[in-house]
Amino acid sequence: MIAFLLRRTAFLALTVLLASMLVFAVTNLLPGDPARILLGREAGPAALAEVRAELGLDRPVPVRYATWLAGAVRGDWGDSFATGDPIGGLLAERLGNSLRLAGVTLVFAVPLAVLLGVVAAVQAGRWPDAVVSLSSLAVVGLPEFVTGIVLIQVFAFGLGWFPANASIPPGTPFLEALPSLVLPAATATLVMLAYVARLTRASVLEELRRPYLRTALLKGVPRRTVLRRHALRNALLPTITVVAISVGWLISGLIVVENVFNYPGLGRLLTFAIDRRDLPLLQAVTLVAVVVFALANLVADVLYAWLDPRIRLA
Amino acid sequence: MSAGLSLRDVTVAYGDVDVLHAASLDVAPGETVGLVGESGSGKSTLALAALRALPPGGVVRRGRITLGGDDLRAMDAASLRALWRHRVRFVPQDPLPSMNPALPVGVQVAEALDPLQPRRADVREIDAMLDAVGLPDPERVRRRYPFELSGGQQQRVLIAMALLGRPDLLVMDEPTTNLDVTTEAAILELVRERVRGGTTAVLYVSHSLGVVAALCDRVEVLYAGYGVERAPVDDLYHRPVHPYTVGLLDAVPDLARGKGHAPLRPIPGRLPDPGETDGGCVFAPRCPVAEPTCRTTSPPLAAVAPGHDVACLRADAIRAGDVSPRQPAPDVPDGPTSPHGTSLHAEGLTATFAARARLVDRLRGRARPRLQALRGVNLHVPAGRTLGLVGESGSGKSTFARAAVGLETPDAGTVTLDRTPLPARLRDRPRDLLARLQMVFQSSDEALHPLRTVGATLRRPLRRLAGVPPADLDAAVADLLASVALTPDYAERTPPELSGGERQRVAIARAFASDPEVLLLDESVSGLDVSVQASVLNLLDDLQRARGASYLFIGHDLAVVAHLADEVAVLYLGAVAEAGPTDALLAPPFHPYTEALLASVPRPDPDATPARPPLEGDLPSPQDVPAGCPFATRCPRVLGPVCHDERPPERWSDDGLHRIRCHIPRADLAAEQADLDLREAP
Repeated sequence: MIAFLLRRTAFLALTVLLASMLVFAVTNLLPGDPARILLGREAGPAALAEVRAELGLDRPVPVRYATWLAGAVRGDWGDSFATGDPIGGLLAERLGNSLRLAGVTLVFAVPLAVLLGVVAAVQAGRWPDAVVSLSSLAVVGLPEFVTGIVLIQVFAFGLGWFPANASIPPGTPFLEALPSLVLPAATATLVMLAYVARLTRASVLEELRRPYLRTALLKGVPRRTVLRRHALRNALLPTITVVAISVGWLISGLIVVENVFNYPGLGRLLTFAIDRRDLPLLQAVTLVAVVVFALANLVADVLYAWLDPRIRLA
Repeated sequence: MSAGLSLRDVTVAYGDVDVLHAASLDVAPGETVGLVGESGSGKSTLALAALRALPPGGVVRRGRITLGGDDLRAMDAASLRALWRHRVRFVPQDPLPSMNPALPVGVQVAEALDPLQPRRADVREIDAMLDAVGLPDPERVRRRYPFELSGGQQQRVLIAMALLGRPDLLVMDEPTTNLDVTTEAAILELVRERVRGGTTAVLYVSHSLGVVAALCDRVEVLYAGYGVERAPVDDLYHRPVHPYTVGLLDAVPDLARGKGHAPLRPIPGRLPDPGETDGGCVFAPRCPVAEPTCRTTSPPLAAVAPGHDVACLRADAIRAGDVSPRQPAPDVPDGPTSPHGTSLHAEGLTATFAARARLVDRLRGRARPRLQALRGVNLHVPAGRTLGLVGESGSGKSTFARAAVGLETPDAGTVTLDRTPLPARLRDRPRDLLARLQMVFQSSDEALHPLRTVGATLRRPLRRLAGVPPADLDAAVADLLASVALTPDYAERTPPELSGGERQRVAIARAFASDPEVLLLDESVSGLDVSVQASVLNLLDDLQRARGASYLFIGHDLAVVAHLADEVAVLYLGAVAEAGPTDALLAPPFHPYTEALLASVPRPDPDATPARPPLEGDLPSPQDVPAGCPFATRCPRVLGPVCHDERPPERWSDDGLHRIRCHIPRADLAAEQADLDLREAP
């Protein structure tokens, strides 16, 4: 198990390193000269050269990469072209917001999805199964901006329960920010819900057919206890993996949802960086997204291995 | 009202199709009743119906099922749970999937005592039971997960679960079918010991007449969902009446009937599909003594002797000796097999695989443990004849075949075909060598491409290896199918449309496509029903005579191997323990391991009681092969330190044909083993 952990962690480090090269290379290959982006069309050659030297753009690419990476590791990501502020602080704040949103979404989505999946599996072929399966299919077909706008129409403009604009100012305490989080989290939940519920249904159904359930039933264990003690434990293994991986998406991939609600998370920061051609910010956000995804995958692998004694003890 | 289990005219259906027709069965307290039949006979359905535990879709349509007078069909959910908890127990066929992979064994066993709060169950009672079923150190076993135990230990755990409830009824569904013979013998001994003299009614389901003969008081034979014969075990084996029972007994190879003595008599035709019956006797289409009335009248079970019931219109004629219920003996051409052909010779074959190493050990610089699959194996497949290779799982027999055919690369040693040395790796072997050496794998449903037609599967080796021109391919496929007794229209079918026996015939036909000189058969008949197995064994015999191919026949069933093989080698932990002509192998002196194997084989004869206690313990890990004799850890004849410390010498018979690797001199072995002689009396 320890060897497994070490191996996976080393693999993670390698993944992130390769990704950082890719991110750096791609952003440098993009058309457009950063100095010109900064100074605008009318800048003269002398001014451009000065800014290039200031940004270190006159040095060879490997040296610039090494400097950038060394800075990133220390937490020094440079300054944003667009705002002139240090990127580190901006990233930390947006990452915090994204973590909040992801957390709230998980608290909504996972219990609900698992419950729906288990109910559908236990009632397979009967009406509760049909309701869950059909409605989850219907929801999964709708893009986030549609469900998001419907939720805004109903719960913000219609009922007025939650704000439509979730642009919380920096440093808002969690409880104050919570009402703004509800609608974006609900939208993200709807995206995840169908997938996780259907996966749970399928794996519970598969476990229900296994011979060990018959063994348990024939010992006189009540059906509910069999489901809880025997089936769920094994059936939820794939679900846990999928949820852990989707955490990566929730933290750094909610681009559409954050934009619909104007929520200041990493996804919104990414679109901002692209809009403004803010190369250092773009590099930083992308790299953070890579790290978040890689970590989520690591957590998924480790959780699975730890929960399945066949892997843990082998 | 009977005290034990009683089924009266029970009909079970899946969907609209009846799979069990008006079956009746009684098991008295303290009695062990065997339920025998081939796949599709309805034996598992009957067993599960007796527990009211039919899988979803299965319904008892008619009949009465009582246990101690209580009507099982009338029970509601609560009384059913009480029945399962307190009065009945089930031991399934495959122990591993029948246990929760994520819960420690202890919790699962405890559930049998306290289904609601297993963690509060009485640990001392559990430990006593685990100990009683032959699991020493029960505390350790309780903390293990199922996959950490060997197959035999897993089945012992399930038996412990079953016995903990002190049930009125114990139903065992092929509990030893996937275990090694030595493990099977130990489990059977355990069941005998724990159940005999008690008050539990035991229903023992098996396809193996040998196992049932060794264990049961009475036997019920099922065919296609109908009970066809019911008799005390002695009557059934010595005075069988129903032609199906007789056919089953004739189809089983027995150790005491070696090669060339009695060809197996397969039952022609096939089992009818459920629902395919037309009012007559269900066995009539395959019966050697069927009359026109048999095809229109379904015979009821009727007594022919006390406790002996037969469902056959010709029962009286059969008992009077007027007609013989035996299938006709197959034509066997006279004379020995062709002396021509190619021999396969392996010299010093050694194969090891890297095992997983613990990180701590690797950091300390210890060598990675190696799994020693083959340790210097010398074997000779004689030209045009058959070498049988036996051993428990983990003995290295499959690795040997895979190394010979090039699928595994050995670390050392050579394999030669006649005098041609074979390159170790498959990709270094030219195509004509591939054509000369072919292999038939164990499970034909995995070895054949499920979406490719039989014709396509056969055309490929015919074209690539045998060089058959495209225009002649269809004719060659038809010839090949005919040689395995299949009609040309099989070329259009895909493997899922075939029965297990038909699939194995196709796999054999595929191997013969390139007209190989040597054929490696790895457990190629193991998954088949006995009547089908008999016909495949006869087919292999015929093909050998016709084509002069040499066989390496790998099997775990010594009786089957001895039936087909001219010579037999016994493998233990990757080394040859004993090898020689089949007759010499079935007579003393034996290697003590061979002796244990032979004594473990269940014989289809209730009088052939095992003369020896079953082997104790499991095969040592191939990572940790004992330094001296590999068998020393389990050997009942172990001499002392010499066995544990020194590699035993190979002791040859005077004629130089038979070898035993043992510290005990041949004469001493022979003297102590004189009681165990399995050669057929001349």
